[in-house]
Amino acid sequence: MTARTQLLDDRAIGRALVRMASEIVERCGGTTDVVLVGIQRRGVELAQRLKRLIDAAEKTDLPTGKLDITLYRDDLQTIGPRPVVGETSLPDLEGRTVVIVDDVLYTGRTVRAALDEVTDFGRPRRVLLCVLVDRGGRELPIQADVIGTTVSLTATDRVDVLLSERDGRDVVELVRAPAE
Amino acid sequence: MTGLGKDLVGLEPLSADQLRLILDTAEPFKEVSERQIKKVPALRGKTIVNLFFEASTRTRISFEFAEKRLSADTVNVAASGSSVSKGETLVDTAKNLEAMRIDMVVIRHGSSGAASFLGQRIASNVINAGDGKHEHPTQGLLDMLTLRDRFKRLQGLKVAICGDVLHSRVARSNIWGLTKLGAEVGVCGPPPLLPRNIEELGVTILPRIEDAIAWADALNILRLQLERMTAGFIPSLREYNRVFGVTTERLKKAPKDLLILHPGPMNRGVEIDSDVADGEHSVILPQVTNGVAVRMAVLYLLAGGRPGPQQAAGGEEA
Amino acid sequence: MTRPIVIRGGRVIDPSTGGDAVADVMIDDGRIGAVGRNIGSPDGALEIDAAGKVVAPGFIDLHTHLREPGQEDLETVATGASAAVAGGFTAVCAMPNTDPVADNQGVVGFIVRQAQRAGKARVYPIGAISVGQKGQQLAEFGEMVGAGAVAVSDDGKPVMSSHLMRTALEYARVFGIPVADHCEEMTLAQGGAMHEGLVSTRLGLKGIPAAAEEIMVARDIILAELTGGHVHLCHMSTRGSVELIRRAKQKGLRVTAEACPHHFTLTHEACEGYDTNAKMNPPLREAADREAVRQGLRDGTIDVIATDHAPHHYDAKEREFDDAPNGIIGLETALGLAVSELVESGLLTLPELVLRMSTLPARLFHLPGGTLATGAPGDIVVFDPAAEWEVRPERFSSKSRNTPFAGRRLRGRAEVTIVGGEVVYQRT
Repeated sequence: MTARTQLLDDRAIGRALVRMASEIVERCGGTTDVVLVGIQRRGVELAQRLKRLIDAAEKTDLPTGKLDITLYRDDLQTIGPRPVVGETSLPDLEGRTVVIVDDVLYTGRTVRAALDEVTDFGRPRRVLLCVLVDRGGRELPIQADVIGTTVSLTATDRVDVLLSERDGRDVVELVRAPAE
Repeated sequence: MTGLGKDLVGLEPLSADQLRLILDTAEPFKEVSERQIKKVPALRGKTIVNLFFEASTRTRISFEFAEKRLSADTVNVAASGSSVSKGETLVDTAKNLEAMRIDMVVIRHGSSGAASFLGQRIASNVINAGDGKHEHPTQGLLDMLTLRDRFKRLQGLKVAICGDVLHSRVARSNIWGLTKLGAEVGVCGPPPLLPRNIEELGVTILPRIEDAIAWADALNILRLQLERMTAGFIPSLREYNRVFGVTTERLKKAPKDLLILHPGPMNRGVEIDSDVADGEHSVILPQVTNGVAVRMAVLYLLAGGRPGPQQAAGGEEA
Repeated sequence: MTRPIVIRGGRVIDPSTGGDAVADVMIDDGRIGAVGRNIGSPDGALEIDAAGKVVAPGFIDLHTHLREPGQEDLETVATGASAAVAGGFTAVCAMPNTDPVADNQGVVGFIVRQAQRAGKARVYPIGAISVGQKGQQLAEFGEMVGAGAVAVSDDGKPVMSSHLMRTALEYARVFGIPVADHCEEMTLAQGGAMHEGLVSTRLGLKGIPAAAEEIMVARDIILAELTGGHVHLCHMSTRGSVELIRRAKQKGLRVTAEACPHHFTLTHEACEGYDTNAKMNPPLREAADREAVRQGLRDGTIDVIATDHAPHHYDAKEREFDDAPNGIIGLETALGLAVSELVESGLLTLPELVLRMSTLPARLFHLPGGTLATGAPGDIVVFDPAAEWEVRPERFSSKSRNTPFAGRRLRGRAEVTIVGGEVVYQRT
């Protein structure tokens, strides 16, 4: 049996997002020209939550977008099942500060693909990366600017992020394979 | 887990799930064609040969756009005439392609079965872009996608395929695809141009064009090859238009507005009148747009892009 | 002098006399010497143990394509004759669509000489009806009969001209030979690649309607009545044809017919997947047609089983269905298919099978053989109706391999074939 350990409960996720929202505003020096872009799928919901937090605090209406990086992956036929291609819809990115939002940062390959895709849509002035969980294990020189929580895991471990919009509850769990 | 397998030779062998997978996958590809940079790197490094033994402008260009928008490297081979008149057999052509280590072949050929013949002999993916009178699966799919766009469903939809069904690979692919997804299909044309036992494929025979118009939600009007006249199937184009042509006058008597599809190229004034082709219910140009998206979806899915089970939880990029 | 042969203890079936009993058969001086119990062994006789097997007059195929002269890479008279004896046939009739066409005494005589050189099976040439099989000018029947032709046919092509067919039937009466017709109304069949039906509709292949055959069958029957000539209808494939022939026979017309093993075994569904080994002319038809052919063989409407053995090079069939040639080889699978499909299913008894594969073919074309009467040619097949075997084309004696039956398990196999008192085939 795999062992599940809770890393963040719903309240901890809520606190992390509040902090991340204010960090984004600080990092960007305000909200002018900021665009939040969530990576399909749970990055999209996180970007929406961050937008609501920032909008409420800053009395603004941040544009958001969603990005599906499936077509930019570098492993089309090396591994098996992959999600159906999702929707990409982005506002004008030209000259904006684009904040890419995702749930977990691991190898960095998803972010690499997201950067490629964003570049195909325009030339942002600046791109930031914001993730709920940084679990280490990078295979590319990529790092997050805004992080909810950092954990150090081995390759056999897995992080599951569940969000109420999609999964009915908010929780971040560590799934650990049993030792042989 | 439903993939498409190695080749796409027709819609007959596909399941309803596989058909839905292609149509659903085509949706995001529609958006790619609307981007400033109409290109994604999904098939970067893949080599695709467009092997056309029959002249075709529109299907070849549509495939080529689809391939290029997926960043594949493409080569067009236009082999006029049949392989026999060319001197080289199809099996030799196949072996040569294999030896060049290409990834995919899109084949258009005058002989029914040529695509499956090729697919059985080479390891590359083979996509049928029309084989004789057999199937033209991507045309069937783009027709289905266009119908689904407009009606938001295929289940229960009544589609009449009108014209030279006997010689039409488009008709066969539409019949298979639509009936598998729950649509009702009728065929309407001069009896000499309806194939034997067609009703056993689960379609309704509509004897007159007026019957088709009264029955259907949408008409898919097939191109009438002009040589059918000399081959003795119909008396004249004029009479064909008089008896089987889709005209505004006839459409006015329909109980509802009918969606008008045509795989092109059209013979205006023969099987379809210009004011119908250019009218507000014509989706002939959206069909062309959808053609690129459907072909991108097919290329992508055959190249290895496959759907997975709904992820139980997020996280984990790979 | 050939060595005498005694075949002991087999079930001896001779439809010409109605004989069907366990007995010995003695062949001496190339002819049947005696049939009976406990026959004494002449000095130096070769003894063959046939216990549990059938001993019958050798099979005779009225419809074989040997490809020589002209296409010796596909088959020669010698390889075709080897294939024949391996299938239990002691004689075959060679169709004239060679290159050049067997439409004169020169080509007919050549085929006779090639067969003599090869030994093995007897080969009886069939001369062309028209010069070059072009359907215009009558070929020289008399000269060809003089050189050894036993019938005339333009097989491979139909005789489209009703006038020519009438003339052929009338003129053939002079020589007492049948006119064998390939029944196909070309304006209906032109460009067709398979039977017209649900499968052709699904595969998008141009179909050949059953009517294309039946129209010509009806015409030939009418002309047989008009002329009093003997028309032999080749490779009957449709239920309509069988019905037409049944009525013609009821009227007492000189109409005979043959059916091929593939038509009583397969249907058009064998063309699924564009298998070019299922492409033949006439095409494989529907289940109801196959059943009608079987019933025709059962009740005698169809007189004989013939193979339409049609060799093709392996790569000729390795192409698009539309472009692949028609036909399959059949000499080495005919017995197995007939036993498996007709005898095992109870449609024919073994004596009836021998009747349709030996006695009646001999009678229809006025050939020696088809009987075990004393003094008849020593042409005999010993076959095991119970032996089960798998069709392995690579082991065929024919030069060609084009068969849709590869890998099929059949019952019934020739063990020993004797022609003119000599063992020409013995299964190893």
